Amino acid sequence: MNQADFLHIVMPFKDKVFRLAKRLLVSNEEAEDATQEILLKLWSKKEQIENYANVEAFTMTMTKNFCLDRLKSKQANNLKLVHSNYKDESVSLQKQVEAKDSMSWMARIMEKLPEQQKMVLQLRDIEQYEFEEIGKMLNMKPTAIRVALSRARKAIREELIKKHNYGVS
Amino acid sequence: MELANIEKLLEKYFEAKTTIAEEKALQTYFSQDEVAPHLEDYKPMFDYFSVAKEEQFTRHVPLKPERKSIYKWISVAAAAVLILGVYFSQSPIGVQPDQPSYTEAELKTAEKALAMLSINLNRGVEKVEHLDNFNKGAVKVNHLDEFKTNTNRFLNKKQ
Repeated sequence: MNQADFLHIVMPFKDKVFRLAKRLLVSNEEAEDATQEILLKLWSKKEQIENYANVEAFTMTMTKNFCLDRLKSKQANNLKLVHSNYKDESVSLQKQVEAKDSMSWMARIMEKLPEQQKMVLQLRDIEQYEFEEIGKMLNMKPTAIRVALSRARKAIREELIKKHNYGVS
Repeated sequence: MELANIEKLLEKYFEAKTTIAEEKALQTYFSQDEVAPHLEDYKPMFDYFSVAKEEQFTRHVPLKPERKSIYKWISVAAAAVLILGVYFSQSPIGVQPDQPSYTEAELKTAEKALAMLSINLNRGVEKVEHLDNFNKGAVKVNHLDEFKTNTNRFLNKKQ
């Protein structure tokens, strides 16, 4: 397998890997490092890739494990305190200030969720995977996914309503 | 889509019972600029989801083809050549090897020569032993001395 073949396989989901990593690690730099690491790991295993039934699900599982390991390690905990990149410049520059504000607010709400809910929400509402696929990636049963997802969505709703009632972020 | 329908979908959505298609419908609804006032609270949520989906990984990852391992083996080969070079260039200058190599034939001739030498030496020793007989002879000759004194005595008597 040469570089072009590899990129052909990896391209469609490399952004998803990055977004899941960023959801878990929050820091942009950390997420980029993690994504690079995962792509290099895949590259080193490129001969076996063809044997995997579902490379994308396999990679997402790898990403999940890698990021959770990072979070566990001390190093990542230190970094977590430093970051503060809630805004995504490429997109929000075109948006109004108010919209930008609510974006960063949403990001902060999501950051407060437990890791499992974060992942489920990320994979479902942002990447729009089917429950079955999410189950493969996170090694969870569909019912468990449903429960986690419902909790995550309701938690966000609660925060949003709170904000509405007090008018403060 | 009708408002009533959206409300119903939202309810299902929070129970996590919507399908992907239904969730897409919700997202399209909330992506409009104008949504029903009582649903406005949910707008940031869906807006955020669609914005978050756009984020991309832009860093260039250097994918090195096999080179890495080739360099490794080249360095191993270079080290081996260096060590061998040092070894071979030093051995003629240094101490001669302990065991000079002779061929089988050379060893046999040497053995034969040494055997011949020892046989001849032994033969020489035997001959030298005959000198003993000479000594015996010399002792016997000494008896002539006695004969001489006796003859002298005899001659003296005659005079």
